[in-house]
Amino acid sequence: MFIVKYRKIFYTISGILMLGSLLAIFVWGFNPGIDFKGGSVLEIEYPSARPELSVVNQQIAGLNFDQSIRATGEKGYIIRLKSLSEAERATIESALSKNTTNIPEVKRFDSIGPVLGAEALSKSIVSIILVLLAIVIFITFAFRKVSEPVASWKYGLITVFALFHDVLVPTGVFVALGHFKGYEVDTLFVTALLVILGFSVHDTIVVFDRVRENLKFAGVGKNRKTFDVVVGESINQTFVRSINTSVTTLLALAVLYVVGPEVTKHLSLALLVGITAGTYSSVFLGSPLLVTVESWQNKKRGL
Amino acid sequence: MLQKRLFAVILILAAIGVGYFADIRLSAKPAFPYVAVTVNHANYKLGLDLNGGTHLVYQANTSKLTGADVGGAMTALRDVIERRVNIFGVSEPIVQIEKGGVVGGGDDRLIVELPGVTNVEDAIKTIGQVPTLEFKTERLAGAEKDAILKAFDDYQKTKDSSKPIISNLLAEDPYYISSPLTGRYLEHATVEFDPTTGEPHVSITFNSVGAKLFGDLTKNNVNKTIAVYLDGAIISAPVVREEIKDGKAVISGGFKVADAQALARNLNYGALPVDIKLLSTQTIGASLGEDALNAGIKSGLIAFAVIALFLILWYRLPGLVAVLALSVYVVLNLLIFKFLVTLTAAGIAGFILSIGMAVDANILIFERMKEELARGRALPDAVREGFARAWTSIRDSNLSSIITSVILYWFASNSLIKGFALVFFIGVVTSMFTAIVISRTFLQAIGAKGDSKFAKFLFRSGFLNPKP
Repeated sequence: MFIVKYRKIFYTISGILMLGSLLAIFVWGFNPGIDFKGGSVLEIEYPSARPELSVVNQQIAGLNFDQSIRATGEKGYIIRLKSLSEAERATIESALSKNTTNIPEVKRFDSIGPVLGAEALSKSIVSIILVLLAIVIFITFAFRKVSEPVASWKYGLITVFALFHDVLVPTGVFVALGHFKGYEVDTLFVTALLVILGFSVHDTIVVFDRVRENLKFAGVGKNRKTFDVVVGESINQTFVRSINTSVTTLLALAVLYVVGPEVTKHLSLALLVGITAGTYSSVFLGSPLLVTVESWQNKKRGL
Repeated sequence: MLQKRLFAVILILAAIGVGYFADIRLSAKPAFPYVAVTVNHANYKLGLDLNGGTHLVYQANTSKLTGADVGGAMTALRDVIERRVNIFGVSEPIVQIEKGGVVGGGDDRLIVELPGVTNVEDAIKTIGQVPTLEFKTERLAGAEKDAILKAFDDYQKTKDSSKPIISNLLAEDPYYISSPLTGRYLEHATVEFDPTTGEPHVSITFNSVGAKLFGDLTKNNVNKTIAVYLDGAIISAPVVREEIKDGKAVISGGFKVADAQALARNLNYGALPVDIKLLSTQTIGASLGEDALNAGIKSGLIAFAVIALFLILWYRLPGLVAVLALSVYVVLNLLIFKFLVTLTAAGIAGFILSIGMAVDANILIFERMKEELARGRALPDAVREGFARAWTSIRDSNLSSIITSVILYWFASNSLIKGFALVFFIGVVTSMFTAIVISRTFLQAIGAKGDSKFAKFLFRSGFLNPKP
């Protein structure tokens, strides 16, 4: 009951998060990774202490490869460049080991042409659209039998709104991290978004499912429980399971973020943020919205 | 009851067997936590990002070919590049054709993976040449031939010393001389069968310019060999019996059918101008891959331990059963990975994520069980009801994850994401089996009657118990 009663507080929290995310996206914009825009990443590690950033900058300054350099680990640098040909790659490697005995080892080199980048972007967009479509079909199917007092398509609409929230929040977080810490929006981030979609649609549906079940046993006539009471009870009944299923997933992701390989750190961070947002929206946003929608209906009908 | 317990024991033994085949080993440790779990990953297929190596994506320019020829040209291209890759002595290289697909725009791609190769420069140089077909004639005995042979001889004798004798002549072929006739003049090659012996041979036809060149070549080389070179390697050296004026020749000599077909294909397409362009390069150093692999295994073990602890603390006896089911889940998945999956860093992440999600079904069941208990049902009934009623939720939740993973797999733009989607999909499907079948078998085998306070304590969970 607590959640339904104080729903405005929870709406406000979600509202602030969503507005903040939208603002971040419009003000700072995305920072696309090389798998979307094409380009190269060169990761190097020095056998002894790494030279100063300015030294490395000077070594490759004349090459004009649109480079930007960032320190990584204890002895390494990550250099981002335009998409390099094989000859250009050899040039930069020799430039880096010129006039020094501290010759860096190439740990990783990725070069993605603009053609593949554009293709990855369109594939990502298509897969997001397909997953959304599949989810809408899934919801329509799951709620085909609900009617009173809130029509089934409204359940669907609220679910989609909750999903929008779940995707928007991690996107906002990554745009902000991109602005301040250079995090990139890449294909792995899109993968995270799709997994979040699949995960949180189900979380929302479980609560709605319980609402539907409880409505059948809500009694009749004067003894009939009001809609907000039914929703409140449903949230209470599913609360522990909603939290616990997310907790085990979040535990696994937190471990992956802390101890896991470098490559999947951003993936697990995006999933952590998104699944937290998804659990929040299923419990504190989706179901209370059902009550709000019902009370709007009542006002319209003049009840 | 006896039957159920027997079945449970069989399941445990089977799981231990699966774990053994999946190369999981337990060993005693002197200090906490006293048991060490290791996964011997030597028998698993690891992707380049874990093993180190080079991944190249090429675009083949097939715009000059008609639709029917594209497939053949791509196959020939793959064969050629495979041969070139083999020069590196790479173990298990992958050379595969990737169709553009729905969103790719129908372009033809060639993917080359070279595990362990980090010297991309050489690899790209060797691979990048356009296939060449050459015809060469015998080098006659004489001063030139002797000089070249001597150069080879000198080099052979001194190559292990500190100053090997290197001469420009080493670049020459002592036995054959290049001729103006190349694959550019070839019209087509086909496999035919000798009407009397039934042996396959390859028949080739030159265009008019080629026919003239070939005529001259054969006229001047009767009873000598003409060597056919593909990419600088000799593939056949038939003996010329007479002058051939019509530009038609037969290359015969103990072919197997498959060899003859391969030769004809190479001749047809080996010389065709299928330009290839490098679209993407990825090189991962071996040390980086090893770090990623170790970090992945470590996080998997820790994630498992943390989730197991949570389950046992919160759900007590059923929690312990869930941990058992989760163990079966892990060994089953590892066994599937061992035989079917090339593991990548993203794949390991997908697996760890799926460990977290695999217990969802158990949580749904246990929460439902608790509610049934609270409503006053007897323990065995509550267990049965818990499984029965939670099923629709479990089915729905896994359905949405399956849909996501299938779409991800289809539209994955790189192998990282494909690996993630595949592992995630396998995880979701197997978790349905372990969370339901395994947990139910064990819970029923325990066969608690549930009247004593202790039994109820064991089955209650968490800190909040719902009101009846």
